[in-house]
Amino acid sequence: MTAFLAVLRRDIALGLREGGALGTALGFYLVVIAILPLGLGPDLDLLQRISGGVLWIGLLLSSLLSIDRLFAHDLEDGSLDVLMSGALPLELIVAAKAIAHFLVFGLPLVLFAPLLGLMLNFPLPAAGVLVGTMAIGAPAVSFIGAIGAALTLPVGRGGLLLALLMLPFFIPILIFGVATLNASLGGPGSAATPALILTALMLGALVLAPFAAAFALRVQFRG
Amino acid sequence: MADEGAPIVSALAVSGLSCHRGGHAVLENVTFRVAAGDVVLLIGPNGVGKTTLLRAIAGLLRLSGGEITLEWRDAVSDPPPTRAFMHVFGPQNALKPTLTVRENLQFWQRFLGEEADAEAIAAALDAFRLDDLADLPVSVLSTGQRRRAGLARLIAVARPLWLLDEPNHGLDAASRRSLGDAVRAHANAGGMALIATHSEIDAGPVRRLQLGVEATDNALGDGVDARAGMLA
Repeated sequence: MTAFLAVLRRDIALGLREGGALGTALGFYLVVIAILPLGLGPDLDLLQRISGGVLWIGLLLSSLLSIDRLFAHDLEDGSLDVLMSGALPLELIVAAKAIAHFLVFGLPLVLFAPLLGLMLNFPLPAAGVLVGTMAIGAPAVSFIGAIGAALTLPVGRGGLLLALLMLPFFIPILIFGVATLNASLGGPGSAATPALILTALMLGALVLAPFAAAFALRVQFRG
Repeated sequence: MADEGAPIVSALAVSGLSCHRGGHAVLENVTFRVAAGDVVLLIGPNGVGKTTLLRAIAGLLRLSGGEITLEWRDAVSDPPPTRAFMHVFGPQNALKPTLTVRENLQFWQRFLGEEADAEAIAAALDAFRLDDLADLPVSVLSTGQRRRAGLARLIAVARPLWLLDEPNHGLDAASRRSLGDAVRAHANAGGMALIATHSEIDAGPVRRLQLGVEATDNALGDGVDARAGMLA
């Protein structure tokens, strides 16, 4: 447990000290959302209708942008060899790093979303629901993204390849996240059903993704 | 893993070890034994498999044959995983540039040793003359200073088997002496060290393990018989 917390604490400290990466992710999110009204025109009804989905897509893209280096730094400076020679199973190392990624990148992006929503005429009273659903979805994004980061590790800068590989796996999260949001904004159906499915997806990712990512790392290193 | 309950390692035994990289055999049928208190220098030309051997022992590579076992001083009914008894020190230093030297060592203590131990860190800093640099971020250190900060992990966390890959690289004469002293102290305390190097390490009496004794001059290593011969 000490070793698990050690990795978690170190990765949070590194993420906060290397502040540039978080700035890039937030800036990317801002730019993606900001250019949308420019392309679509100032139709407030249209913007409001699509705002939830657009904010979710922006969140996925910005998270992916920051996760491709999840293992790369540790590989380059030799830490990964030492991490893999410790007593802590690789699965738990992956989990600790994914949790740290969620706390350092996912959470700020989620909290930033309602602010960006202003540009899309997103109804402010629903900001709580937006943050809530995203806070359920974002850990899943970090954990599933870790699989992609592990798979694309030997490619070096695998950013685009990572997006190509992992975006399809985010589709269920996107669908149920936006469905929860729309239902609670007065759309048809109850918000509880998609919210529960979203939660189930997140919990499934938390349990399964560390095994997949650890397997991907082992195959590459021990092969 | 230096707590009282941990069994004490008396030897590392490698028997019939074979390892393939990219479809060709790098190591074939390597057999040797390192007993407690031994310092073994792995020597041999480039590409003969020194790094591969160290990584294989550390469990970072898949073996295509053979066995790597630790022998215990007392009978152990349920042997813990061997990787918990080894230090891997490779060409990179396993340091985070934005953390200070002390924070890096504290992290490795918590990760590898399960507890932070300020005394061991002080000893490690002292052994590699890092006292003045302890609270500087690693990013501002020179190449040799980083190397020393990386080596300090070996002392900050006590583990019986050191697997060092070119530890001398980038070190000046004084730092090489520090390294030699650290290895000698480790061996005198009953530890083991397996060191791949092209230069000498002044660590008292050492044994030499020559890889590829029947090697041809083929630079790609095709047909190299990497049987290991223990000299001296």
